[in-house]
Amino acid sequence: MNKLAYNKVKAARANNRPTGLDYINSIFEDFFELHGDRRYKDDMAIVGGVARLEGRPVTVIAIEKGHSSKERMLRNFGAPHPEGYRKALRLMKQAEKFNRPVICFIDTSGAYCGIGAEERGQGQAIAENLMEMMTLKTPIISILIGEGGSGGALALGVADRVWMLENSIYSVISPEGCASILWKDAAKADEAASSLKLTAEDVHELGVVERVIPETGLGTPAFYTRIQNLLVKQLAVFDTRTIEDIVSRRYNRFRKIGAPKEEETV
Amino acid sequence: MPFIQFLHKVKNDLEEGGRHFEPTIGGDENEPTKPCPKCEKQVADSQLWANHNTCNFCGHHFRMNARQRIKFITDADSFNELWGDMVSTDILGFPGYEKKLENAHTASDENDAVVCGTATVDGEKCALFVMEPNFMMGSMGTVVGEKITRLFEYATEHKLSVVGYTVSGGARMQEGILSLMQMAKTSGAVKRHSDAGLFYLTVLTDPTTGGVMASFAMEGDIILAEPGATAGFAGARVIEQTTRKKLPHGFQKSEFILEHGFADAISPRQTQKETVSYLLKMHKGGNSNE
Repeated sequence: MNKLAYNKVKAARANNRPTGLDYINSIFEDFFELHGDRRYKDDMAIVGGVARLEGRPVTVIAIEKGHSSKERMLRNFGAPHPEGYRKALRLMKQAEKFNRPVICFIDTSGAYCGIGAEERGQGQAIAENLMEMMTLKTPIISILIGEGGSGGALALGVADRVWMLENSIYSVISPEGCASILWKDAAKADEAASSLKLTAEDVHELGVVERVIPETGLGTPAFYTRIQNLLVKQLAVFDTRTIEDIVSRRYNRFRKIGAPKEEETV
Repeated sequence: MPFIQFLHKVKNDLEEGGRHFEPTIGGDENEPTKPCPKCEKQVADSQLWANHNTCNFCGHHFRMNARQRIKFITDADSFNELWGDMVSTDILGFPGYEKKLENAHTASDENDAVVCGTATVDGEKCALFVMEPNFMMGSMGTVVGEKITRLFEYATEHKLSVVGYTVSGGARMQEGILSLMQMAKTSGAVKRHSDAGLFYLTVLTDPTTGGVMASFAMEGDIILAEPGATAGFAGARVIEQTTRKKLPHGFQKSEFILEHGFADAISPRQTQKETVSYLLKMHKGGNSNE
């Protein structure tokens, strides 16, 4: 039982998995990348821009891990700095202005842990995204395609629909981190993985995501077409709603998560 | 019953106009003392209390539990607690969590890691949340997320400013992904409160880290930090291990947060109540047309 969850962790991290840019290039047409946060720099760990989804203009944002080792270095292994989150927010605000839906692809072990990241307000950057995404006046769909590592993943995950690929994970902490804090033993990561309930199936059961996407034919044209169809269908549903309705449902979507029972009312 | 006397004393010192009262030093040889974690000198209890739980030798700010802080910052008998009976349960069946909750309850005498309510500060009514360091180091699970969300919703409905004292090791791992989602949930409630034109004042206290730092701790209109408090997203040890670099002196301390532009001011306890009440008065009624 323990191994099962940890095997999913390994699958989610596997080097040969499609990365954010693979999804962008295969699902959308005419992707045009937009760089920079207009504050400090361009964070290569987050890719964003405009594209067409079956002809319709959308804003796409993806955390990119890269494939080759050179690329992975360049992408900081998919661990964004505050600039990445600020770039993402800039593009979302732009999408709001021009009435484009936002599609996010999440794949990160977590927001980068470093001196510069702290100096430039990693916590503040994530917090601002959580706040602003909650009331962004355009539909947002986020898909976890690999690792969903804590606040660094959630910073692109405050959406109207959150979907997970079958072998992706979504967790408050890495199983290794959890094991070393709780049991002072990173080797107990498999036990932690199983306890954290981080598999797509578990997260779906907990009501945190709406859909688990099967990985049949992962990376093939048919696979991407399937996701494309899901996106098109979902956006068509949003088209029938007012933006106020969408934003209010988004708030309630998160509002109901983990509302505990009260022993008595004060 | 020395502990009870200890609590009783602060009440008198703070609430009977004795906040600037200076006791005679070394007057009682048998008086209990506490070692200062910073300068390691023995600080007498009377000194500690006369100085609002700070070291009279080096100024170090000792950690305070939620009830001490509420007594310290609010007007006498003005605090009205909300949702105090809400308790955490082991939702995920996480190994050892039930026992941990029990121990945390014993250690802190609280039902979870945040105390919420309404109070007045120098006559200014506000909604208040104070996190509790002795309950699993203020970690945020579903109860903390729910209570803070409810407090912001309550404050929005009643057009109140919110004052929030943060102390937290971050999201509570034992509640897994549900803890993580509390970051989004609380942020949503803060945003609605903010969009209603209302004022939110954050006071960062030692330590404020992880998921709390990356949500409502950094979302205040004005952010104060206590001197020497650690505030950051990633833990210093994790950063050292990841980057293999020695961390600069004072890394993630309040002074560092101020220098890098993520806090408005450092607020020592000696003047903290005055600062909080001044800022509340300056934002009275917010921009909500009331």
